[in-house]
Amino acid sequence: MILFQAQDISVRFGGIRAVDSVSFDVHDGEVFSIIGPNGAGKTTIFNLISRIYPSTSGRLIFEGKEFTRTPASQIASLGIARTFQNIELFPNATLLENLLIGRHCHSRVNFLSELAFLPSVRNAELRHREKVEDVIAFLGLERYRDSLIANLPYGVRKVVELGRALCIEPKLLLLDEPSSGLNVEETEGMGFWIEDIKKDLGITVIMVEHDMSLVNQVSDRVMALNYGKVLAMGTPQAVQSHPEVVKAYLGGEVESAA
Amino acid sequence: MRHLFRTQYQQDIALFRHNGDRFWYGLLMLVILIAPAILGEFYIGELGGVFIFAIAGVGLMLLVGYTGLISLGHAAFLGIGAYVNAVLLAQGVPFLVTLPLAGAFTALCGAAIGRPTLRMSGLYLAIATLAFGSIVGTVFQKWTAVTGGFDGFAVPTPYVFGIAIEGATGIYYVSLAVLVLVLWVSANLLRSPTGRAMVAIRDSEVSAQSMGIHLARYKTLAFAISAGMTGLAGALFAHYVRYLAPDAFDVLLSVQFLTIVFVGGLGSLRGAILGAMFVRLLPQFIAIVRDDLPFGIGRLPGLEPSLFGLSLVLVILFQPAGLNGMWLKAKAWFQAFPFKRQASFRRQKSYARSERLR
Repeated sequence: MILFQAQDISVRFGGIRAVDSVSFDVHDGEVFSIIGPNGAGKTTIFNLISRIYPSTSGRLIFEGKEFTRTPASQIASLGIARTFQNIELFPNATLLENLLIGRHCHSRVNFLSELAFLPSVRNAELRHREKVEDVIAFLGLERYRDSLIANLPYGVRKVVELGRALCIEPKLLLLDEPSSGLNVEETEGMGFWIEDIKKDLGITVIMVEHDMSLVNQVSDRVMALNYGKVLAMGTPQAVQSHPEVVKAYLGGEVESAA
Repeated sequence: MRHLFRTQYQQDIALFRHNGDRFWYGLLMLVILIAPAILGEFYIGELGGVFIFAIAGVGLMLLVGYTGLISLGHAAFLGIGAYVNAVLLAQGVPFLVTLPLAGAFTALCGAAIGRPTLRMSGLYLAIATLAFGSIVGTVFQKWTAVTGGFDGFAVPTPYVFGIAIEGATGIYYVSLAVLVLVLWVSANLLRSPTGRAMVAIRDSEVSAQSMGIHLARYKTLAFAISAGMTGLAGALFAHYVRYLAPDAFDVLLSVQFLTIVFVGGLGSLRGAILGAMFVRLLPQFIAIVRDDLPFGIGRLPGLEPSLFGLSLVLVILFQPAGLNGMWLKAKAWFQAFPFKRQASFRRQKSYARSERLR
């Protein structure tokens, strides 16, 4: 079943076509990776899906419904969560507060009852806390629960950001370079978590990634981009040996069977 | 040293974390309640002023310290609250109606200024709110039919359930009640989704948006709440000064409010209270010691503003967490006595990204 579809999406910044009529389908329960050299438009696709940038043309469809014009703040309620390339956590709040902010799209209490902290608000808070604790247990973040994000090491923050996205309880998770800035061990850990997210939580993942071993480890299908255009799509092996992809990465003419 | 052993999620959202807190806050409340019986009229009057400034300080803290938006126009909100309250009282509306109305109307004004400045932050927002402040100040001066212009007018005595709120003690108790209410409401907000949304906007707008937080809605709301609380403080301020004149609500007052927030410590309600104490009591302290200072320093013109400026600079340089930070350090020192270590309070530096301008 197709969960997410991008149909001919394009975006132009002045004269630059950052994304040039890109189309792809993501099936329910798969890990779909987007690879490509720097500046290929990978993160821009994520910003288009999370509606931070308005697309110039094309259609975005999630669960059969178009959301090309939905405001950015409603994307989370659709069930699409994301992480950021350079970590966009809330550094002056604790880990717990960060994860609770991830529950924001599930909050149904009204402002006036918040002012008095009525029992309805208290109970909702306790339920959110339980969900957050599930995520903390899943990712093994117990010991950092009350630490400020600003005081946590980079590797842990990366995991916290993953956790905050999981608190949204998404159907589709967008991971923007989950392994950037991580060492080999941490990258391996990240790979296992992505597999667990897919198998245990049943969440579909779209991932932008440079680390090819991680891409090979977790992805079902891969799309290669360059200059905003799709070069190849298919299994990780097929895409990596595709002549256009090799050319984009190594430059110059393609030698046969190099 | 206390080790809090947590067994329920309830404990993390309780207003008072343990019985020690309950005991000390209860004792403080008791002392404040019986203070008028012990202290003289002058001190009670000054404390009433501290309460009123603390109410406005809490309001501004929610905006600056928690939502990360700055305002140089809060004196105008104080003025709007003061005039709405005083004018309605003069029309014969009872005080228990005019006080909430003053707060509500000022909150609407806050939303009205919050809405068009949504995309602004930092210096630009400071300038926009400064402009708003001076426009409102001009309205106070020129709209003589309502405000009496520069002549001003005497604020009528309020009655609560038939009892006249007169003198320092009356204002003291009413301000205390409003301050407690405002603190309770703020603490409730901060442990609910709205308070967390404000913190999220302060720390990262793009990520707040992706978490489903409607930026425009929450920024406007923060402005409205902040202005509304300042309006309540304004209504009480009218009775505190007894005679309303437009020159009381100038930009210097707005700067004093910001001083409360910065010296008190950004992102802490306790900081707003400590900051209000600092701002209100420093001039009195200067007045008391003025004659005893050597070399006639006490007679230098502009001593008070320069001391304010100096303390603001010193706090920002050496104690970014403000008076609240000092309080927490002192508390930790006593709790750990005699095992305090130099490194206990040193904040870890992270070089991953530059510090945001908060």
